Amino acid sequence: METLQADVAVVGLGPAGIAAAVRAAEAGARVVALDEAFSSGGQIWRGYVAKPRRSPRLARRWHKRLGRLPAEACRILTRTSVVDSPAPGVLTGVNEAEVVRVEAATIVVATGARERFLPFPGWTRPGVLGVGGAQALVKSGASVKGRRVVVAGSGPLLLPVAATLARAGARVVAVLEQAPLSRIWDFAKGLGPGKLLEAALYRVAFPRAPYRPGTWITAVTGPELEVEAVTITDGRRSWSERCDLVASAYGLVPNLELPRLLGCRVEAGVLVVNEVQLTSVPEVFAAGEPTGIGGADLALVEGEIAGLAAAGRRGEALALRPRRQRLEAFARRLRETFALRPELRDLAKPETIACRCEDVPLDRLRPQWTPRQAKLYTRVGMGACQGRVCGAALEFLFGWPADTVRPPLVPVTLEALKEADS
Amino acid sequence: MRERVAFRIDGAETTAEAGTTVAAALWNAGRLASRRSVSGAPRGPLCLMGICFECRVTIDGQRHRRGCLEAVAPGMDVSTEA
Repeated sequence: METLQADVAVVGLGPAGIAAAVRAAEAGARVVALDEAFSSGGQIWRGYVAKPRRSPRLARRWHKRLGRLPAEACRILTRTSVVDSPAPGVLTGVNEAEVVRVEAATIVVATGARERFLPFPGWTRPGVLGVGGAQALVKSGASVKGRRVVVAGSGPLLLPVAATLARAGARVVAVLEQAPLSRIWDFAKGLGPGKLLEAALYRVAFPRAPYRPGTWITAVTGPELEVEAVTITDGRRSWSERCDLVASAYGLVPNLELPRLLGCRVEAGVLVVNEVQLTSVPEVFAAGEPTGIGGADLALVEGEIAGLAAAGRRGEALALRPRRQRLEAFARRLRETFALRPELRDLAKPETIACRCEDVPLDRLRPQWTPRQAKLYTRVGMGACQGRVCGAALEFLFGWPADTVRPPLVPVTLEALKEADS
Repeated sequence: MRERVAFRIDGAETTAEAGTTVAAALWNAGRLASRRSVSGAPRGPLCLMGICFECRVTIDGQRHRRGCLEAVAPGMDVSTEA
């Protein structure tokens, strides 16, 4: 087992983590940065397999700055999952059978977000993916040429993903946003010209497909568990669209497993941080989506603040507060605009699978149970994903808090466990 | 044009562009389903970002590896349950 010492350990190399690592290293701190993926960028800056130069300008600039750091200033460990924190300031990272122990004076949690999947009839069929999931599929080298795709759910992500799919040769049949038109319109009116232009550029990529606020998928249908069509509703009437690929998810939820393990306080589903991104745990900072879903620009400035503060540059960190406050206002408008409508709680039928890992249908769950009771009686949340998928859904459906966590945070081999204990 | 990598899916030789993930390569090979649920239903990847574990396959003899997080490698042996 390799042991690395660092002034600052950064977990997650999306925009927030990259900004934190860069700022901390440039301020003279010795940084160790870890990410599960095989390259940096997280989700929103995930590079194209075939066209790396298609990344947004901001992503290229920050990646360049990261790349310019000497190896002693910033050691980057990709394909490494943080599975445990056996002592304060210590992180156990696992890369298959290889274990690394990172001993850091400060930690910056930049673990990003995942999509919220709500169960509905047919959601477990192969060919039903998330919205970010469909984009990740294309970016990681899959071909969607000629596929008829419906993009559905909620959030500003629907547009760029529909554009990505269309540019990759898919036929985008419809883009369905559950938020009502009035809220989308208000949101659009409050956008600056830059963001409006961005949205327009996405929209022109799939000109013949309708973008329909106030609609949602009620079922995926087809023979033999294939995807042949979706049933759509606007709350009054229903209709069907033929498709063979469904990209559907209802917004984002923070990845809080590691910070919960570290003991960080969570309120209303997000990490509580102070003016320099410090959590309730001494020397543990957090930046980006874990402190509240707010997009890449907010993640960047929070990462900069966290990196500077972790490296002891409190004054420089505080100087970035006005920018953070402005971007937090945008994050608030996002939350208000794309809040989920109550009808989405009624999509799942009694026999609809609620927990994919353990195949627990909705009618085996009692809303009056506690999550712990549900786990013990039905195994919901005890499968491979450890409640990452069903947790967000059941929180929305029943109000169950998804707050327990136990190491290892991802499955590890016995070999790796032995290595970690040595 | 990136180089192509030769590897195996359930014993069958195939190739993919370097940098393609195992999950994407399975998709390109027409394998939308790469595993079975506990009650035998076909399943394919959902989140494509390491969260849902629906993309898990056996790679080079090691089970439960998330295909969405691994790039294909020369001589790699991928086996699915589906």
